[in-house]
Amino acid sequence: MSASIPIPSLAGIAARGAQPAIQGPPKVQAEALNFFYGETRALQDISINIQPNVVTAFIGPSGCGKSTFLRTMNRMNDIIPGTRVEGKLLIDGTDIYGHGIDVVSLRRRVGMVFQKSNPFPKSVFDNIAYGLRVNNMDGSRAEVEERVEQSLRQAALWDEVKDRLHDSALAMSGGQQQRLCIARALAVKPDILLMDEPASALDPIATQRIEELVYDLKKDYTIVIVTHNMQQAARVSDFTAFFWLGKLVEYDRTQKIFTNPGEKTTEDYVTGRFG
Amino acid sequence: MIEATLARSAATARRRLLDICFPVLALGILCAALAALGALIADVWGDGASRLSWDFMTGFPSRRAADAGIWHALTGSVFIILLTGALAVPIGVATAIYLEEYARRGLWSKIIEINITNLAAVPSIIYGLLGLGLFVRALAMGRSVLAGASTLALLVLPVIILSTREALRAVPGSIREGSYALGATKWQTVWYQVLPVALPGILTGTILALSRAIGETAPLITIGALTFVAFAPDGIWSPFTVLPIQIFNWVSRPQQEFQVNAAAGIIVLLVLLLTMNATAIWLRDRFQKKLT
Ligand SMILES: Nc1ncnc2c1ncn2[C@@H]1O[C@H](COP(=O)(O)OP(=O)(O)OP(=O)(O)O)[C@@H](O)[C@H]1O
Ligand SMILES: [Mg+2]
Repeated sequence: MSASIPIPSLAGIAARGAQPAIQGPPKVQAEALNFFYGETRALQDISINIQPNVVTAFIGPSGCGKSTFLRTMNRMNDIIPGTRVEGKLLIDGTDIYGHGIDVVSLRRRVGMVFQKSNPFPKSVFDNIAYGLRVNNMDGSRAEVEERVEQSLRQAALWDEVKDRLHDSALAMSGGQQQRLCIARALAVKPDILLMDEPASALDPIATQRIEELVYDLKKDYTIVIVTHNMQQAARVSDFTAFFWLGKLVEYDRTQKIFTNPGEKTTEDYVTGRFG
Repeated sequence: MIEATLARSAATARRRLLDICFPVLALGILCAALAALGALIADVWGDGASRLSWDFMTGFPSRRAADAGIWHALTGSVFIILLTGALAVPIGVATAIYLEEYARRGLWSKIIEINITNLAAVPSIIYGLLGLGLFVRALAMGRSVLAGASTLALLVLPVIILSTREALRAVPGSIREGSYALGATKWQTVWYQVLPVALPGILTGTILALSRAIGETAPLITIGALTFVAFAPDGIWSPFTVLPIQIFNWVSRPQQEFQVNAAAGIIVLLVLLLTMNATAIWLRDRFQKKLT
């Protein structure tokens, strides 16, 4: 199956993007996307089509621009002064950097889980209810309670916290806090979920739970996950994009990236020869 | 081998000694400072405690020292400080929020920042002159509680702005990011996430600024609070006096009995100050406990 995918050269990638053969319109589509921190160009001519209802993994050595690219998708980089975007980034066909885009509603649709878990210094319940409140999704108290429970169940956290919903979220373990952040992101019903190394600070058991969660979530969400863990990328993702020095080097089905990559750099990276 | 071990233990001993020296030194300095404060309080207490009574607290000024009370000055001080807080806190906190959360970082915000820092260092009598020109005369507030409170509000405003900005700056960026990522607006983020976390710091800074204002005499003398006031203020247009001015007034009398009154007045002022500072600490601890 993967043999039918043509392997473009590195020069070709920068020009037209390396896209695996997929049917159906992409969920996220970057076209010659460049990103600048002041004068530093952190992303160079990224072109990629991310498919709906699959898990796409971003891999690459530290500092190659994975987080930067992830944060362009919900315009979190707007907060950082002196940053600039060139090129197009379309979600469901709409350029999110175009005119008349409401960043606030974009961010509700494109949820994010940060590399370092950042629960609010409030109760477990309020952490999740907050997203509902700011988006006017909080109907009656019963509806909020139901949504909180639902999100916590989705994030495989309900059983651990159901008796301490009103305790401070900061009193929970690191892994629980990270799952709380996932539940918080899910509560506002995004359709894309961006996860920046969600398991980097977790023990193997918590990591496994998050991986199972990602696997379960993909039927409802489009998931992009950044990871430094090659086994994790191989386990959870359907597609993998390999970044290097701000460029997208290779993007293909995960199986292909890990068994028969088209680029020497990719192969060196996934086999642990550098990075 | 043995020599090496010995050498290391000698070095360790020196480090241990240093480790002990510093806290001992710090404790010594702390004790000296506390002793000076204690001596001061003991002295004032010795002079004035005998005069403290219900009659003194609720009495009005009188030419006879034994009849004179402090009610008018105490209520004046409390009223002034409440009004100062009501004027300065909303403006100061709002300014700090604007500067810290909304204003674009650039030359202008730098200039404003430097100016605010400088204003915090301007001698209080200058604020008195400003208050006299602006509030008492130009805005025709007269020598009223409102004019006094407005003047003190100007005086504490820079301090409140600076301490609020400091408190806002200490709120981790990850909390803001978490909020924005859920689709919260800037205002929702500031109101629901940033302010609650910054609140203990804001409260502490504000109350410390106000308790500085309560001891201020110079600006209030300048705007004319040093008139003879024989009643408690009954509204914002009422003339007034405050504790430090009443104390100053008594101290400047030749009669020994008035000196006793002054000492008693100082005790009242100190109690008021300590109460405010204790409130600051209590509020801070309370909100911090709620957060963690
Ligand atoms: N706020 C910032 N200001 C300036 N430069 C930045 C900023 N954030 C990131 N960069 C730069 O942009 C480049 C890409 O950073 P990014 O955080 O996207 O890397 P990453 O691939 O996520 O790395 P890691 O795997 O270590 O998280 C780096 O060279 C980094 O130094
Ligand atoms: Mg990163």
